[in-house]
Amino acid sequence: MGGLKRKDLLGLQELSAEEIDLILNTAEALKEIVTRPIKKVPTLKGRSYVTLFYENSTRTAKSFELAAKYLGADVVNVAVGSSSVKKGESLRDTVMNLNAMGLDGIIIRHPQGGAPHLAAQAVSCSVINAGDGIHEHPTQGLLDMLTIRQRKGGFRGLKVAIIGDILHSRVARSNIHGLTKCGAEVWVAGPSTLLPPGFEELGVKVCTRVEEALEGADVVNVLRLQLERMERAFLPTSREYHRFWGITPERMRLAKPDALVMHPGPLNRGVEISSYVADGDQAVIQEQVTNGVAVRMAVLYLLASRGDAA
Amino acid sequence: MMLIKNGRLLDPASGVDRVADLLVEGDRIAAIGENLPADRADRVIDAAGKVVAPGFIDIHVHLRVPGFDYKEDMRSGTAAAVRGGFVGLVCMPNTDPVIDNAAVVDHVIHLAEREGLCRVWPAGAITQGSKGEKLAEMGEMKAAGAVCVTDDGRPVASAEIMREAMIYARQFDLMVMDHAEDRSISGGGAMHYGKVSALLGIRGMPSTSEEVHAARDILLSLETGAHVHIQHVSSRRTVELVRWGKQMGARVTCEATPHHFTLTDQIVADMNYDTATKMNPPVREEADRQAILKGIQDGTIDIIATDHAPHHIDEKRVEYHDAAFGITGLETSVGLAVDRLLRTGLIDLPQMITMMSTRPAQLIGITPPALKEGAVADITILDLEKTWTVRAEEMASKSKNSPFIGWTLTGAPYATIVGGRLRMLDMKVIAE
Repeated sequence: MGGLKRKDLLGLQELSAEEIDLILNTAEALKEIVTRPIKKVPTLKGRSYVTLFYENSTRTAKSFELAAKYLGADVVNVAVGSSSVKKGESLRDTVMNLNAMGLDGIIIRHPQGGAPHLAAQAVSCSVINAGDGIHEHPTQGLLDMLTIRQRKGGFRGLKVAIIGDILHSRVARSNIHGLTKCGAEVWVAGPSTLLPPGFEELGVKVCTRVEEALEGADVVNVLRLQLERMERAFLPTSREYHRFWGITPERMRLAKPDALVMHPGPLNRGVEISSYVADGDQAVIQEQVTNGVAVRMAVLYLLASRGDAA
Repeated sequence: MMLIKNGRLLDPASGVDRVADLLVEGDRIAAIGENLPADRADRVIDAAGKVVAPGFIDIHVHLRVPGFDYKEDMRSGTAAAVRGGFVGLVCMPNTDPVIDNAAVVDHVIHLAEREGLCRVWPAGAITQGSKGEKLAEMGEMKAAGAVCVTDDGRPVASAEIMREAMIYARQFDLMVMDHAEDRSISGGGAMHYGKVSALLGIRGMPSTSEEVHAARDILLSLETGAHVHIQHVSSRRTVELVRWGKQMGARVTCEATPHHFTLTDQIVADMNYDTATKMNPPVREEADRQAILKGIQDGTIDIIATDHAPHHIDEKRVEYHDAAFGITGLETSVGLAVDRLLRTGLIDLPQMITMMSTRPAQLIGITPPALKEGAVADITILDLEKTWTVRAEEMASKSKNSPFIGWTLTGAPYATIVGGRLRMLDMKVIAE
């Protein structure tokens, strides 16, 4: 299997449908490892990675760490709170120093869009975007796509509804780029204050009425509502949000009977999603988590073998 | 004595347009005529095929002194000015300390006399410390040499304070320069709010943040009779507001920067988050750029100014939101004006000279440079045919935060003469 022909994974916007396909195929093949009793394989033995997280994260950081470890790589975690960043070191200096220690890749999460791009320009090792501000979260997009593909067999002709705070969602952006490239019809719905301008030009249907987006949907991807949005003028209360945009069993009846319910986590039960839906038969939230490890294994592997003949 | 030979002398305000020689003696233009003798001149500039114009003035420059001389200082900033073809500039007061009293105005003027390579006219602050609370001592600052007032970079948030400031400034005949921005709308943003910012995941600054302040200040100008000058117009509706204000008889003028008439927000994506694309107000959409071009053409936009805003590399080579706002502009302004406004046929040469020399001088209330015998020899010579590439290592400014580095432009300043002294020839600064 050949690798990706790029050093970094910064977003799904710049990936081709073929590259996405390659990652998903590889993830499917590697997923089996996650369910083995003995998980370690020697594929990336001798490689080393650092997770550099400028924002709190449990799920994504541990998912990357385990993905690397299952493939036999060594992983160092840098928690920014206890690092030299606290002493005022710039992002550029931090990643250049890490790179100088002989790393194969830096997995970075940062509160600002474009920070991984700045890092990628400064270092020779791979940079993997684990979420940059409100820009992209490419491995989340890929794991969502893997989950959809495994359940629905493909993307062409599917109606995927993404519900919630689209404006501040890197998950939405990565999903939109990936899914539209692979032929799905993407709808986004949320309060008008949380809808970004110009997304129609990406071929996305944008609406404020959640019912419109849910009508006949094959997949409903529910975004987390950051509760701090209520502190600015975006929304009045989480109660009103739930009333108009919350995903409830009643609203889910508008979607296809076999529609999938996805959520990137962590859940605000009773706000963006009702527990009856989150814990219901249509929810594939745990599967997403497993696929997250598989997708990250695939990304690490494919970037490590970049330049290998396809 | 210096003899400029065979140039096309073009000074629309004086009605001069002829190919002739121009003789400079001391700080004055001694003679204009055909075949002036070269024997007494200790320097002869061959201006054949070039345009000799009254000296260009940029009324929107951040010299960064006092207080921020790691970004720019009097020498480097004025060197950048003369390299860019400017004989004089107005420096902004957002310094440390803020230029908000006569002592600091005096300091800047004396510093310019000692170290400056071009003329420097300070702008005073509107409010003390540019905090937007109490009026600064405008009368004393004017007496010390300030030519206008502005809280550029820290726009006056309160309409009440702005209104009082206009009423107060008017009695001293001081133009109020206005960085129009309602920070309650734009705060926290780092680029234009629109499709590109949404895609890049950068918090946007809506056009309305400029428009509501511009509208407010044009209305206040109508009421108070004060001269308000809207700085760096970036939005199509601001152009409309200024057009409306002028029709209503308001004493409103405005400027456009080369980056706002050249670039759109797409540059942030094209340059992959390069912070040399981050400035305030941000470059906006193609419709905004087109409206600015139209405003330049029809005279709604009075002048070209750069908002030259040098920043140290350490303030720019960081995450996009963390990076300082502003780009340098002095050394690319003439090139972009010729390349983008003149060569495209949008405006003609007399209009360009008016917008970069005569009109800026009029706005700040100084005698405009002129190509007349007996006038002060403040002269800019242009080479409209020269094709050149913008290179960071050739820039005279201390800072290199320009999105135009690497661009190839046709049209350049060829010589800058300040008070009879040759300060730049062929884009090389002459400091001695």
